Amino acid sequence: MSYRLGVDVGGTFTDVLLVEEGSGRTWRAKTASTPADQSVGVLTGIGKACAEAGIDLSEVASVLHGTTVATNAILEGKGATVGLVTTRGFRQVLQIARSFVPGGLAGWIIWPKPEPLAALQNTVEVDERIASDGSVVRALDEDDVRAQLTKLQGRGVQALAVSLINSFADPAHERRIGELAAELLPGAPVSLSSDVLPELREYERTLTTVANGYVQPQVKKYVTTLADQLRSGGVAGELAILRSDGGLQSAGAAIGAPVTMLLSGPAGGVTGAVWVAEQAGHRDLITFDMGGTSTDVGLVQDLHPRIGRETKVGDLAVRASSVDVRTVGAGGGSIAHVPELTRALRVGPQSAGADPGPAAYGKGGVEPTVTDANVVLGYLPTTLAGGEITLDVEASRAAVSKVAEAMGLESAEAAAAGIIDIVNENMLGGLRLVSVQQGFDPRDFALVAFGGAGPLHANALGRLTGAWPVIVPPGPGLLCALGDATTSRRDESARTVLRRFADLTGGDLATVLQELAEDAGERLAVQGVPREEQTVGYQVDVRYHGQGFEIPVDVDAGWLADADAALTRLGEAFDAEHDRLFSFLLGVDHELVNARATVTGPAPDVAPVALPAGDGDPVAAEVGDHTVYVGGEHVPAVVYDRARLRAGDVVPGPAIVTEMDSTTLVLPGHVATVHAAGSLLITPVEG
Amino acid sequence: MARIIETATGSVERSDVDPVTLDLIENGLRNARYEMDEVLFRTALSPGIREQHDEFPLIADPDGKMVVGQFGLSIPDFLDGFDGTIEEGDVLLTSDPYACGAAISHANDWLVVVPVFHEGRVVGWSAMFGHMSDVGGKTPSSMPTDARTIYEEGVVIPPFKLYAKGVPNEDALRIILNQVRMPDWNRADLNGLVAACRTASRRVVEMCERFGTATYLSALDSLLQRNFDAMKVLLAMVFEEGRTLSFTDYICDDGVGYGPYELTLSLTRTGDTVHLDFTGSSPQAHGPINYYINENLTRMFFGIYMITVADPQILWNDGFYPLVDVTIPDGSYWKPAHPASLNGRNHGIGRVFDLFGGLLGQTNPALLNAAGFSSSPHFMYSGHYSGGDRKGEWFQLYSIGFGGIPGRPLGDGPDGHSLWPSFTNIPCEYLESYYPLRIEKWETIADTGGPGLHRGGNGVDVAYVFEEPGTIAIHDDRWLTYPWGVNGGHPGARGTKWIDHPDGTRRVLPSKCHDVPVAPGDVLHFVTWGGGGWGDPLEREPSLVALEVDRGLVTASGARRYGVVLAEDGTVDAAATETLRDQLRADRPAELPVFDMGPPIEELLARCEEETGLPAPTRPVWV
Repeated sequence: MSYRLGVDVGGTFTDVLLVEEGSGRTWRAKTASTPADQSVGVLTGIGKACAEAGIDLSEVASVLHGTTVATNAILEGKGATVGLVTTRGFRQVLQIARSFVPGGLAGWIIWPKPEPLAALQNTVEVDERIASDGSVVRALDEDDVRAQLTKLQGRGVQALAVSLINSFADPAHERRIGELAAELLPGAPVSLSSDVLPELREYERTLTTVANGYVQPQVKKYVTTLADQLRSGGVAGELAILRSDGGLQSAGAAIGAPVTMLLSGPAGGVTGAVWVAEQAGHRDLITFDMGGTSTDVGLVQDLHPRIGRETKVGDLAVRASSVDVRTVGAGGGSIAHVPELTRALRVGPQSAGADPGPAAYGKGGVEPTVTDANVVLGYLPTTLAGGEITLDVEASRAAVSKVAEAMGLESAEAAAAGIIDIVNENMLGGLRLVSVQQGFDPRDFALVAFGGAGPLHANALGRLTGAWPVIVPPGPGLLCALGDATTSRRDESARTVLRRFADLTGGDLATVLQELAEDAGERLAVQGVPREEQTVGYQVDVRYHGQGFEIPVDVDAGWLADADAALTRLGEAFDAEHDRLFSFLLGVDHELVNARATVTGPAPDVAPVALPAGDGDPVAAEVGDHTVYVGGEHVPAVVYDRARLRAGDVVPGPAIVTEMDSTTLVLPGHVATVHAAGSLLITPVEG
Repeated sequence: MARIIETATGSVERSDVDPVTLDLIENGLRNARYEMDEVLFRTALSPGIREQHDEFPLIADPDGKMVVGQFGLSIPDFLDGFDGTIEEGDVLLTSDPYACGAAISHANDWLVVVPVFHEGRVVGWSAMFGHMSDVGGKTPSSMPTDARTIYEEGVVIPPFKLYAKGVPNEDALRIILNQVRMPDWNRADLNGLVAACRTASRRVVEMCERFGTATYLSALDSLLQRNFDAMKVLLAMVFEEGRTLSFTDYICDDGVGYGPYELTLSLTRTGDTVHLDFTGSSPQAHGPINYYINENLTRMFFGIYMITVADPQILWNDGFYPLVDVTIPDGSYWKPAHPASLNGRNHGIGRVFDLFGGLLGQTNPALLNAAGFSSSPHFMYSGHYSGGDRKGEWFQLYSIGFGGIPGRPLGDGPDGHSLWPSFTNIPCEYLESYYPLRIEKWETIADTGGPGLHRGGNGVDVAYVFEEPGTIAIHDDRWLTYPWGVNGGHPGARGTKWIDHPDGTRRVLPSKCHDVPVAPGDVLHFVTWGGGGWGDPLEREPSLVALEVDRGLVTASGARRYGVVLAEDGTVDAAATETLRDQLRADRPAELPVFDMGPPIEELLARCEEETGLPAPTRPVWV
């Protein structure tokens, strides 16, 4: 029997999910994360899961891992000291940062500008110039390069980024600088912008290249250590890392291009959501991952997550393909407050975090959080995480009462309900971003809720969006690890083409895409996926000539076979997408901007679980009664133990379904039906 | 006066709205407003909107009061000036500042107004205007720097129905687009404006359906009231009753030889209300720099400054307007008589930031920033390709420059940034891919930010190398007067423009010019100004000054203006620094001035030619 191991490292817990490929049987382990060296927690978790399953570590065929090492390096500002080489005249490209100031009118007064990721004193410029068509305006002055790189010696540069103007059109100068850097700055890994992101727009390309260098040493250290320890611990299988776009890559590929794994964490959630939704019979879904400080939402169409071209981590937006998740700065730990001047109720962006956490945790928190509001309303039972955390209801009530007082509301319950309404509204804003604003009607989608707090708020969001059913997967806190274990290998090649359709033929398009596919396919083969097992997907970014934003359009391989019609097909596909997004078309020529080829390995052979069938009545799972405050009144609700629910059981709302790592709230007027594959499907009661 | 046709009868009773529903609607409006931006950015073709986001959305209540937006244009004035009916499905368009009470302030701005109908009655308005890169007229981009009347500034569209009950008026649009150089751009941008307004309309209707029309409209009243209440408290807190504050700043010249123009603003609080008075400002300009300002826009600028530091999350709206009286003298720079030219009003709009900062900062230290990059200077380049694949094809570039954010109470001013929200520069690689030019240098200039405890941001030098013959145009300012410093901070450096010809000669250009011929190989240096400094530069941490020298943002000699002396190796020479600082302190007045405007105007004019290479302008006078 062959085993796959999904591993997701979060801020607090490390989740390990062992999957027996043939049967789909799973074993879980949850251990404390070890931030100083995450690999320690990972190994502990793997050991636990294997012990539970009664297998030897050597039976694990592959370890599939979503990691936030790269993300954390950026969020915590603990990445490498990066040296940057630019074209003469453009040394301040990161300092000027496109001149952009966020916020509204007068926002500049209160904006603290972040420091560039590569410090200006560690940025040098070299004498050379390439034109936008790739021709050489000024040859590379190698003496100058040597002199400039020498300047960086002794500055503690741990990684070097090279980003020259128009290098997307010709990488020769960057490559030569890379060679010289290997001599002059030995030991510093070099990121070339023409490798990392061969696309037009110097600021975005430079930033992405620098970000790659910034996280590279930590990623390298972590991935190498983990691989070594897995091997010495007896794991025979190999290690693969989840990319931001939801595909897996080999450890070596991750080390080479760590900027592709900045959203490795959220991508695991989305791929996991795709897996459970498919098992539950839904192919179109919106993902809703609500954690302690923030919430990620994404959209999946026909089991394919929407892939965005921008990856955002904190203030940093780099250009790298990633699942198109939008982050709302609110979660269970978000603090509610009432500004004196306007007396409006605000929730977030401040968060109580894990320490002190919500008042309910009894760790010294006194500010009212979303979790406290849930406690006051009775939506959370008084113990969490299998009894590990006991909730202090009175502390929550005291904290939430402060809001009631500031707003002149009659009760803590009214204030708590207000806090929940506001935070749900913030979530709705995020869900609209990925649905309505992209031209999708949320009513055509299911809503998959996970993360610690997602299942508590999911029913309410189903009601706000009309996205039914609301799917709560089994083990909502483990979904990322499940995603890691159930997704496929992937690699991608991309480049800027920038040509009007009038100056392009279908044959040109086919050549470019096939070259890219060849390139990516070769790399994936090196990672162990033979060419004949790879599936190729083509995508191009197109716009009307003169527009500043491109729309990604999937290219059907069939179109390429007919060179005469390929561009017409592509133009039609773009027009349809433009019409869906903006409700109008233009009569100007189309323009190809970027082309990409994605190669994917076969889907892993993981069978779904099947719950034993019940008789529809969940009474066997009842564990108690509880009072919840809904719609302005206290009503009795039943508490169920999820582990005891059977396939086909129908849980009527109001109800609370508890399990080890999460709590699901079913509102009055709704039912949760237990699906054989383990998910709860919440739907409104007809009539 | 517009006549609104509603099929519904009776009025909607107002009701009490619970505070949470109020916040939900506030949130929904905010989301709708950002969605408007998003729709337009992604569909616009002209670089002004597409890359630089020169556009402003709003959503209003049925009376036309802005409930969300950032640049309150005046729907009531627009409706006053519109002679006709307004029905469901109508979309109105204008570009005539004189026909809408200056809801927009030059003919490049196209304003779209859409009534939002629900169940047969008007439940609000959505509106948006955007800067069209070209609206025809005698010079590419339609901003002749020597224009004396609006008739020279391209097509001026009176308020009319672009769509009547959903049916587009194609003929009118054809006539308009026949006047402009890049009709594809205008058409796309206009489509985007309409799509954005319609999106906002849909969101408003959805909220009416979800919460009920009565609740929605009552919530708008409460949101307006919330601003009113908040502002009332703020005004009483910040401004002493009966004390008049006043501040004067300048526009250096008007493009036809007159300047500097004085922009004066005074404020007095009496009871609950404050009076903003532009009396004392210069007469209307001969050239196109007049900034025809709307009273409500003045209130909006004022309010935004007041509230930004108090509750930045508040939904910004018109509710507090009754608390602010505004006086704008007829025939002044701010209210020129028709048909005065208006195209170059961008300096005036920008300078309003400095004006309010200087005015309000006098009693509100959190708002006392130095003078910043208070404009959105334009650079245009156009012509026909002279050879190659594109021989004969027309190219036209319109772009906006950036400069130094001032030293602020919060900290240093960013180098080479924008004071305008969401504006961004056009990437070099984009420019080089689409226009026959190359950019040799794009960097901020050391020492151009005013020294201070918090340094002013540096100005920018962009060096354009032209590859095709054509003409260029420039709209800039602050070449003569200084971006002032505050609280002991020094002024920033002024802007300048010149062309280096391949034969080694140099030609200094005025800050406002158009139709200047350029040839292949000519290099234009477009140098913007720095922000003023904030606070005493002698208090700035010497090691920070040394670091900025290492970064190339300040020079070693510039460091001496902070009283910092560096050793050979770039480290701080502590002893020499202390000596220099003592000496600089001894040589200056004990009490540092709140404002350091640089030399007086007379002195600037006297030394103008010598310092700037340009003749001194003639001071304007009221007649």
